[in-house]
Amino acid sequence: MRTLLIRDLMLAVRAGGGFGLGLAFFLIVTVLVPFGVGPQTELLSRIAPGILWIGALLACLLSLDRILALDWEDGSLDLLATAPLPMEGIVTIKALAHWITTGLPLVLAAPVLGVLLSLPIPAYQWVVISLAVGTPALSVIGTFGAALTVGIKRGGLLMSLLVLPLYVPTLIFGAEVARRGAEGLTVQTPLLLLAGISFGVMALLPFASAAVLRINLR
Amino acid sequence: MSLWEYANPVKFIRTTDKVLPWVWTLAGLCLVTGLVWGFFFTPNDFRQGSTVKIIYIHVPSALMAINAWLMMLVASLIWIVRRHHVSALAARAAAPVGAVMTVIALATGAFWGQPMWGTWWAWDPRLTSFLILFLFYLGYMALWEAIENDDTAADLTSILCLVGSVFAILSRYAVNFWNQGLHQGATLSLDKEENISDVFWFPLLVCIAGFVLLFIALVFLRTQTEIRARRTRALLAREGQA
Repeated sequence: MRTLLIRDLMLAVRAGGGFGLGLAFFLIVTVLVPFGVGPQTELLSRIAPGILWIGALLACLLSLDRILALDWEDGSLDLLATAPLPMEGIVTIKALAHWITTGLPLVLAAPVLGVLLSLPIPAYQWVVISLAVGTPALSVIGTFGAALTVGIKRGGLLMSLLVLPLYVPTLIFGAEVARRGAEGLTVQTPLLLLAGISFGVMALLPFASAAVLRINLR
Repeated sequence: MSLWEYANPVKFIRTTDKVLPWVWTLAGLCLVTGLVWGFFFTPNDFRQGSTVKIIYIHVPSALMAINAWLMMLVASLIWIVRRHHVSALAARAAAPVGAVMTVIALATGAFWGQPMWGTWWAWDPRLTSFLILFLFYLGYMALWEAIENDDTAADLTSILCLVGSVFAILSRYAVNFWNQGLHQGATLSLDKEENISDVFWFPLLVCIAGFVLLFIALVFLRTQTEIRARRTRALLAREGQA
């Protein structure tokens, strides 16, 4: 399992810029928003937590097809399937690798981009915490979507259609944590619910992803 | 005699062929009676005026939008467990019907909301979760269309339906948490003595029966079509080989 994780990480870092792309996309989205809504500081600081969450979500979404598609094309997924590692383990590792290469950098970059959007000071820690708790859920759910559409040529758009509705609860609770943090309200309830969703999908969804992947490899 | 006999496509088509005209007639009868009764022979609400009559379309369609997904969930489970093709095809057949019901519910709600709430749309939990439900329908249908192999498509969509159901329920409670509601409470619930005044209740009941029957008829018809389309494809493929 560790070998697979290291292999995926190496591939992401070395082969073809998959690593930085998500971050760059996050940056672009954050830069574009003030162009869209105008540069007024009060407005920006009010919507900043939500924008950061949506940006992170979209950046996650864009990098999903890299989780499985490349391995599917060159046949290494078939090899992995015949390996002694259970399929559930494979998809979990894949999701973990995706989180380390995409989710974690997004969490770290969020405060920097928060400056661009004049994020209120108390919100910084909550944006980072909510993203840190929520992005693993995005990666795991995304892996399920990637597994569903792996056999389809040009399935990227379809995958977005399938995955985005599944992202709704995570986004709601995550953005709620950030928003309440920005307004100085107590964040305990949405934070706990967000953590609940994260742990819940981590525990259960790999089984669905593995089942789907087995069907696709049949 | 067991329910599983109808998993045989021939038996299914033969039985539904016999049942379908009755279901159509009853559905039409119920709809016409219910709608005419509701629209012309019930009093106006003292505050909402005549707009209250949209309830006869809004409530049944909303009810069916959810029940169609439930029916797809059950059919998907049957496909996963017992691998009856008719079941998978019935799930596929129900999806567009359910999606249309969702649209009807949203549209009639908007028509009613415009004069009553002063807005076509509000980010109210019920409205939002229905929109999300509609997105789930779209994704489900798109996945069916995208995959060429029939069995793979049936397998993948049924798992999507299961996972989607869990997330749809999650979203339902998440949006509840996210915004306060503008929508009134449930019009109908089983644990109350009287939900709405009997004058409105009986035509509404007839309308609901009509929508349920209409849904059954449409799903039977569409499932038959799917079975026949697949059979045609199989015949063509065999001819091509020979």
